[in-house]
Amino acid sequence: MSRYPVSRSALGAALYIAQEECGGWVPHEAIYDIAEVMNMEPADVQSMMSFYVMYNKAPTGKYLIEICQNVSCALLGARRLIETVEHKCGIHPGETSEDGLFTLKAVECSAACGSAPAVQVNGLFYDKLTPEQLEALIEKCRAEGGPKENLYNAAYAPDVAARNGKG
Amino acid sequence: MPEVRFLRKWVDDPNQIKIETAMQRGYYNAARKAVLEMPADAVIDLVKGAGLRGRGGAGAPTGMKWGFMPKEPTDARPNYLICNADESEPGTYNNHELMLQDPHLLIEGMIISAYALRVKKMFIYIRGEMVLCAKVLSDAIAEAYAKGFLGENIFGSKFSTDLILHRGAGAYICGEETALMDSLEGLRGHPRSKPPFPAVQGLYGMPTTINNVETLCNLPFLVNEGVEWFRSMGTEKSTGTKIVSVSGHVNKPANYEITMGTPIEELIYDIAGGIPNGRDLKAAIPGGASMPMLPKEILLKTNFDFESLQAAGSAVGSGGFMVFDDSTDIVQVCEVIAQFYKNESCGKCVPCRIGTDFIHKIIGRITHGQGRPEDINLIRGMCINLAGERMMDSRSFCALGDAAAWPIIWGGLKHFENEFQYWIDNKKSPVGQPVGYPAAL
Repeated sequence: MSRYPVSRSALGAALYIAQEECGGWVPHEAIYDIAEVMNMEPADVQSMMSFYVMYNKAPTGKYLIEICQNVSCALLGARRLIETVEHKCGIHPGETSEDGLFTLKAVECSAACGSAPAVQVNGLFYDKLTPEQLEALIEKCRAEGGPKENLYNAAYAPDVAARNGKG
Repeated sequence: MPEVRFLRKWVDDPNQIKIETAMQRGYYNAARKAVLEMPADAVIDLVKGAGLRGRGGAGAPTGMKWGFMPKEPTDARPNYLICNADESEPGTYNNHELMLQDPHLLIEGMIISAYALRVKKMFIYIRGEMVLCAKVLSDAIAEAYAKGFLGENIFGSKFSTDLILHRGAGAYICGEETALMDSLEGLRGHPRSKPPFPAVQGLYGMPTTINNVETLCNLPFLVNEGVEWFRSMGTEKSTGTKIVSVSGHVNKPANYEITMGTPIEELIYDIAGGIPNGRDLKAAIPGGASMPMLPKEILLKTNFDFESLQAAGSAVGSGGFMVFDDSTDIVQVCEVIAQFYKNESCGKCVPCRIGTDFIHKIIGRITHGQGRPEDINLIRGMCINLAGERMMDSRSFCALGDAAAWPIIWGGLKHFENEFQYWIDNKKSPVGQPVGYPAAL
């Protein structure tokens, strides 16, 4: 809070911390806790949280699958990827699977149009996925526990060359 | 004119994110030179002289924007600098790449800008979705602090400045500079009315300059190479280079840095490798989803720079270049764009909150085979309610309303009204795409 000239600026970061500590969403009690720490009204915290899509208002699955539905990705088959997850996990965009493993979100442009269709699983980018590759990825998440930290670099490094038209 | 490499010179090297590697390549020399050897006003004159224009979308002259900042800020009324890294314009991913692969270029650019504008506290407002990018940047900022390039008495001078990385949380509207400031203050990201402009009353009510990532990345080159070098690239009114994010139906979708004024034909066919699968070019959006698309005939005789694209009825925008081949259904593209603006309208003003929803519903009805004869006029009327009868004749609170209407009325409807008519008359796609949600689009 002290980093900012006005402490209210830290509210966004506080909500992220709460979300991380509460297992991927911001429950009602956390709003009161934040309000108390930051000396604000709970309604102010709630108004901030409800505006932004990245603060989850309900529990999310262990793996958050985000598929871009914007123009460039739609041109190159994003809808088929969404259908793949719908079919594989039995969930529609915005829903979490019954086993608590997967949450599907259809998001807007995630600034990876060069590797469209853009898919992120827990913040990691997967480039130019086909429906078959996405199916395999979902199976892998189920069987081996899927990506958390380790794929962070692996998912990005190889595609630098590809992105520049060399790979 | 082929692809050039200044801003993107080192983006392919994974080691570039380390400060040692960057310094071996001459990084931070420009910042050192500016802080130790140049008066602050000389840096501002450099930017004015170079004719650098904002790379974020509006294309405002950066030097002019800087000129509005107070020259002698006080502790009670400090100047602030914000780097707008909330890149969320559909089709644009050049800031993303720059920050992820070469974070020190941005930091150096910001140090130079902070020095010129007498800023003691600067912010990077990075888009919430860019988690990895935020991690890379925060590591890079820590390295720069450790070397003494940020913080107290940088490079041993009397100048001190701090850099704070602030993550957004998923809202397209926060790319609009006044909404960004609200968001940074811990509020809902709603735009403010202008005037007062940010240079007068910005973040926390203090004078503030907000520049795009790519704009700031140009600064080290300007200081090192000078005005003449910068002006030698591009055209009279569009100087320097621009990173264009090419995506969609091209063989080699990627970021390409080109000098302003490069023919679009060359960009599509030579640099980005042409259209795949033996298909033909149909249309392209040159500057992110907010800008009107242009059909093939116009594209092939237009150059990529501010004036040429404006004359052609579109704009450089953020440089998100989306290419559509002849299998693309333009009405469905318009539906996707309309859906985006419906989702991202902040809800502050009525024309935008209601208008974007109606535009999406009407286009959606057409692509579901339920279009009515009056629909084209209805869409046009809705767009005029949002953005006025001419471009730049806005009727909504901020530019998001214009951005929602322009691609439809000045893009899809202007050049491809026959496709809307075909859908309404025949209840199916003129290019054989399935009815309903753009599944195979």
